[in-house]
Amino acid sequence: MYEQMAVIRRTEKAAYDLFLAGLVKGTTHLASGHEAIAVGASFALRPDDYVFATYRGHHHAIARGATPEACLAELMQKATGLCKGKGGSMHLTWAPGNMLGSYAIVGAHLPIAVGAAWSAHLRGTSQVAVAFFGDGATNIGAFHEALNMASIWKLPVIFVCENNLYMEYTPIGAVTAADHPAADRAPAYRIPAKIIDGNDVIVVRDTVAEAAARARAGEGPTVIEAETYRHYGHSRTDPAKYRPAEEVERWLKHDPLDIARARLEALGVTPDTIKSIDEKADAIVAAAVDAAKNAPVADVREALTDVWADGGSAWRT
Amino acid sequence: MTETEIITYREAVAEGIAREMRRDPTVVCLGEDIAAAEGVFKTTVGLLKEFGPRRVWDTPISEQAIVGAAMGAAMTGMRPVAEIMFSDFFAVCWDYVANEIPKARYMTGGQVTVPLVLRTANGGGLGFGAQHSQAVENWALTIPGLKIVAPSTPADVIGLMAASIRSDDPVIFCEHKGLFATKGPKPPEGHVVELGKANIVREGTDVTLVGLASTVHTALAAAERLAADGVSAEVIDLRCLIPMDLSTVLASVGKTSRLVTVEENPYQGGWGATLVSVVVDEGFQLLDAPVKRVASENVPLPFADTLEEAVIPTVDKVVAAVKSVVNF
Repeated sequence: MYEQMAVIRRTEKAAYDLFLAGLVKGTTHLASGHEAIAVGASFALRPDDYVFATYRGHHHAIARGATPEACLAELMQKATGLCKGKGGSMHLTWAPGNMLGSYAIVGAHLPIAVGAAWSAHLRGTSQVAVAFFGDGATNIGAFHEALNMASIWKLPVIFVCENNLYMEYTPIGAVTAADHPAADRAPAYRIPAKIIDGNDVIVVRDTVAEAAARARAGEGPTVIEAETYRHYGHSRTDPAKYRPAEEVERWLKHDPLDIARARLEALGVTPDTIKSIDEKADAIVAAAVDAAKNAPVADVREALTDVWADGGSAWRT
Repeated sequence: MTETEIITYREAVAEGIAREMRRDPTVVCLGEDIAAAEGVFKTTVGLLKEFGPRRVWDTPISEQAIVGAAMGAAMTGMRPVAEIMFSDFFAVCWDYVANEIPKARYMTGGQVTVPLVLRTANGGGLGFGAQHSQAVENWALTIPGLKIVAPSTPADVIGLMAASIRSDDPVIFCEHKGLFATKGPKPPEGHVVELGKANIVREGTDVTLVGLASTVHTALAAAERLAADGVSAEVIDLRCLIPMDLSTVLASVGKTSRLVTVEENPYQGGWGATLVSVVVDEGFQLLDAPVKRVASENVPLPFADTLEEAVIPTVDKVVAAVKSVVNF
């Protein structure tokens, strides 16, 4: 788990640097600081469970098996990108890993995750669907419709709120009529809720595992509010000046990688071993950056493909 | 001798869905009041009884969750048929119709498919007022990635429902609420009408009339009156907006040299604008007169019958439009 978090951290740093260098255009929403949520959850889930993420979703794509190279290539508009250059940073999707998308409309994927859970229920497969979303998403209509429907139909879906305390540039408390944006709303929908330290990968894993077991046993949905923090701003190179310096400092000291390292050391893993994992992660991401830089640009022929299931885009005869 | 059974358009909806549910266990239905109450328009009669609560689901009033869940289920192995009770309500879940469903396959580079049908009661004529009477098939026309179907007869309801449910693409299936009580022959088992194939419902030589759903009947009635006046109108039932069967329309205009569309949408954004622009571009040499579009006035739909008639396309308006191009 530590290795995967280390790879994600370096991938996000690479994305940031590439953006500054003008090699990544448009926008990115980096997940540095959120690694433990994606990785801990992924280790608690089966390969055939479904994951749905927001536009801040690079960590979820990688946690479910997308390579850093394909992710960075997508950001750099390359033909080898995860989505052939047709989606970009906000739409990283890795269907072979059942990571069924990063969604750019806030909250939209929650009902979609409910649908995947409904599908699993109808097919009797004991699969679980997990929707990861931010604190900001708890105030949009789709959040409430999704929780209500998941609850009344007792569907195997887990709602994981990555509460990083800010709805874009605004402190979540200023715009939310609840102290805990996801966990305090859950009881209104008769859904059990847990508030956890989202930066401790072991806690995340164990909490998601418990929720998944509940779901597979037919006991319905769970809401997990995982407290965490963005290391970067909301998007692109936002310096996040709206966050108080002491708050930023406090959270940077509560780094998920440091916490995981401490746990590993407590288990007897040596600093040398940890260092070699770090170096391995460095190498993986450096190679990924190189490969992505050298890949060909998105193929123009793909501009008119993939609208329909037959691969085409014909609208008329 | 066996007589062909006659059914209503509304019965054809339930029959069309049931036929597909019998042949494919992944087809499931969801919507408000579709199961126990059998649909507010009685278009899902018998489905819960035959297929049970695991395949026919009553939902809360949650259009975003209904359509969003249908999308999630379609992405993971099911073929959901979701009902939006009145087509005006697409506006309530517009994010899914405009941003999520049609874009998912394309922006993931083809990694997902969304084989779902969003069926809805579309159009006016029953006095439901402005927010329950709009013909909105043209809203979906502005978005690449949605197939759009609007049957005009019970047989086409069944045939197009089969094609829509079997399609691996998302389909907006517009049932016309003003046509629910109309009757027609029940087609045999296995009847499928391929998407994107318009139907020439009346042959003629002097003008091409193109209609969709309710306006097909308006056009046919106009054609009868015109025949008495010595004008021979060819009437095309477009059946689908996407795929749009422009080859049939162009071939017809090649024969008649005159075109009039009949659209229930408001003129400013009706489907006829797209169709006419292609004909005027690719069929310029074929035309002997300006092209007319008989569409609704650019106002919300009023409640009172006399007011609604002043707004929507009528037989009189179609006849007048045809006469103006024939006399050009």
